[in-house]
Amino acid sequence: MDRLSCDVLVVGGGGAGLRAAIAVVETRPELRVAVISKVYPMRSHTVSAEGGAAAVIKPGDSLDEHAYDTISGGDWLCDQVAVEAFVKEAPEEMLRLEHWGCPWSREPDGHIAVRPFGGMKIERTWFAADKTGFHLLHTLFQTSLKYEAIQRYDEWFVTRLLVDEGRCQGVVAIEMATGRMEVITARAVVLCTGGCGKVFPFTTNANIKNGDGMALAYRAGAPLKDMEFVQYHPTGLPFTGILITEAARAEGGWLLNKDGYRYLQDYDLGKPEPRPVLRSMELGPRDRLSQAFVKEQEKGRTLEGPYGHYVHLDLRHLGEKLIDRKLPFVRELCLKYMNIDPVREMIPVRPVVHYMMGGISTDLHGATPLPGLYAAGEAACVSINGANRLGSNSLTEILVFGARAGKAAADFACEQQTPRPSILAQGGDEQRRIEEQFLRKTAGRERIATLRAEMQQTVEEAAGIYRTGTTLEKAAEKLHSLQERFHDVALDDRSYTFNTELTAALELSYMLDVAEAIVQSAFHRRESRGSHQRTDYPERDDRKFLTHSLVYRSAAGRPRVDYLPVTITRWPPGKRVYGR
Amino acid sequence: MEATVALSVARYRPEQEAEPIFQTYEVPFRKDWVILDALNYIKDQLDGSLSFRWSCRMGVCGSCGMKVNRIPKLTCATFLGDFLPGPICVEPLDYFPVIRDLVVDLTDFMRKLNRVKPWIIRTAEKPLSEGEYLQTPAQLDTYTQFSMCINCMLCYSACPIYGLEPTFVGPAAIALAQRYNMDSRDQGAAERLKLLSGKDGIWECTFVGECTKVCPKNVDPAGAIQQYKLAGVADWFKSLLLPRGAR
Repeated sequence: MDRLSCDVLVVGGGGAGLRAAIAVVETRPELRVAVISKVYPMRSHTVSAEGGAAAVIKPGDSLDEHAYDTISGGDWLCDQVAVEAFVKEAPEEMLRLEHWGCPWSREPDGHIAVRPFGGMKIERTWFAADKTGFHLLHTLFQTSLKYEAIQRYDEWFVTRLLVDEGRCQGVVAIEMATGRMEVITARAVVLCTGGCGKVFPFTTNANIKNGDGMALAYRAGAPLKDMEFVQYHPTGLPFTGILITEAARAEGGWLLNKDGYRYLQDYDLGKPEPRPVLRSMELGPRDRLSQAFVKEQEKGRTLEGPYGHYVHLDLRHLGEKLIDRKLPFVRELCLKYMNIDPVREMIPVRPVVHYMMGGISTDLHGATPLPGLYAAGEAACVSINGANRLGSNSLTEILVFGARAGKAAADFACEQQTPRPSILAQGGDEQRRIEEQFLRKTAGRERIATLRAEMQQTVEEAAGIYRTGTTLEKAAEKLHSLQERFHDVALDDRSYTFNTELTAALELSYMLDVAEAIVQSAFHRRESRGSHQRTDYPERDDRKFLTHSLVYRSAAGRPRVDYLPVTITRWPPGKRVYGR
Repeated sequence: MEATVALSVARYRPEQEAEPIFQTYEVPFRKDWVILDALNYIKDQLDGSLSFRWSCRMGVCGSCGMKVNRIPKLTCATFLGDFLPGPICVEPLDYFPVIRDLVVDLTDFMRKLNRVKPWIIRTAEKPLSEGEYLQTPAQLDTYTQFSMCINCMLCYSACPIYGLEPTFVGPAAIALAQRYNMDSRDQGAAERLKLLSGKDGIWECTFVGECTKVCPKNVDPAGAIQQYKLAGVADWFKSLLLPRGAR
């Protein structure tokens, strides 16, 4: 096994990873930075984001308003210092993207246009029609190409972090095209691997979102924070889980039950008005809207189709012109995948797993408790999203905290010695593990797809929109048994060339770890807050649980859950009020 | 009995066979299944050794381009029902080396992408504190279409010129160059001119138009190339000859 090396290694080539890599070369041009990803960067899931990215830019808006919307939207579980840094740096990061060529939608006079978004009291969401993530990712990727110092390992799959002398010093990875395994050493590592929606059966998330980075950090001893907070987006297409952006409601779309009634008015979200009202009704926060769907289903007022219950998203009154100008992708997706034209027909939608508020615990600079290891984006939890993220904050988050993590990792790398040659031995160990556990194993009866489906079903039943202690307890046991059964997994494919069954097996093992972390954190949080709703503890309990959960892997048995206080500065916990 | 449909899938495992072969799989027929769902059924239930790329399943990541009954398609946006009664032939994209089964080697395209300098080039950068570069909706419209490329490679697979002349920069990369050339914030057209008007550039294209036909995002690379040939080049030659102030 050879040893490849760089100074800062960024794992993941989505928005956060590319922004981090560019930050490294711009602040420390003398450093060698590499981006390693299991897919080509432009395939990363940032590409699927639709609605927009929030940043204060218009007169009449203020950083404090953005901070308050974010903190109340997160049900006061946000770290307010982090939120303040976030809203302050957001406009500059977004302008930087503009200077790099992002095709933001414009006002008639050429200025940046903004649109309303859920849970935001003032219009501050920048957008590129309804393909904002696509344009943001391609702009970042294309811009990254001009920096020759950024080296890329495209389609390399990371299997393990290298830790030596108490700090993270690189990774072991498989080059997918050939199957060769290599050690890549680095003086700092930044995990930007995205979320883990595929832990659930029904998700907007791409196939690649398996919590890789979360599991890698967790296995290396770093804690995951607030893993019980999982966002269900209220409007996904049944069967495919394809996201219909919140922008559809921001532009004036209505949610209707089977009687054609705007049912959100029954859930303390305001009164129906013909035109969209900020922080009200369809522009309420995602957690509340998804919860309202479940209640509506319990009342028997949803519709039922081959893929479960659904309601209608009605855009017909917006007209063809507006839909084509502001929501062309919504129309394209509906036509292509549902054979429905939203100009003339209502869109069937239901809540769908969309985003992970929790992630690898980091400080304001993306540093994890493990020296040399940084994280940013959905993989990380710097705690700006709290118990529920507001739509259009995550694209901004990957820029602000991608840049911060890149800079901090670069600074850290400059102070470190080159990794010791003895670290190579860890690569040898890892190669043996992969060979023995998967490629050269003779026994084994379990199929990946079976275990994956059982895991997804278990997590959905226990850690869905509403949760209860007994179900979570059972799910923890079930996941433990799935972990055992995973040892008995057998692959059809024992080859080295582009073995996607091997990577699927490794992804499943990451997801099993992450699933355990979610279920265990949800079990211990005996209150209801934001997206975490316990039917056995229906109230928010600030006295006991105005805290972040930190989940650690333990060598044997259940993950260990610990707590960390929330940082409150200027916005003391209050009631979340929408529509009033 | 459940309805089924047969997929005849190209296999190539370099550790196992010297030449590609076809393998037939019988999968359930479901009206709302796309080709990719059938491939995933095969991988999950029938044969875990079949390799292909996919990710978003909503036609925007560009991973799952393959030939379906000889036509380059995004398999996540191509329904089984359009190919009844089958068998449906699924093959890797043409003109790229095959790494394994349905997975092709994109190295050549990734190099070409770099060569067209797909980033904003300016002689002077204004500080962020001065805000955004103004760009009217009409100015935005001039390049929006060319900015929609998802790098799915269907256009290369459909382009007979690329098949004959692998050095041809090709449809997607040229469309992307034109996306930046047309952007009112960009001043890099002159820098891109050498490559685009050089021997591997636009003049290789004989306007077959297949690239535009197969494009799943209506980018119209053929249009981009024509536009560049007709109007652009003349202007940019002029801009090179004239001193800066005169433009």
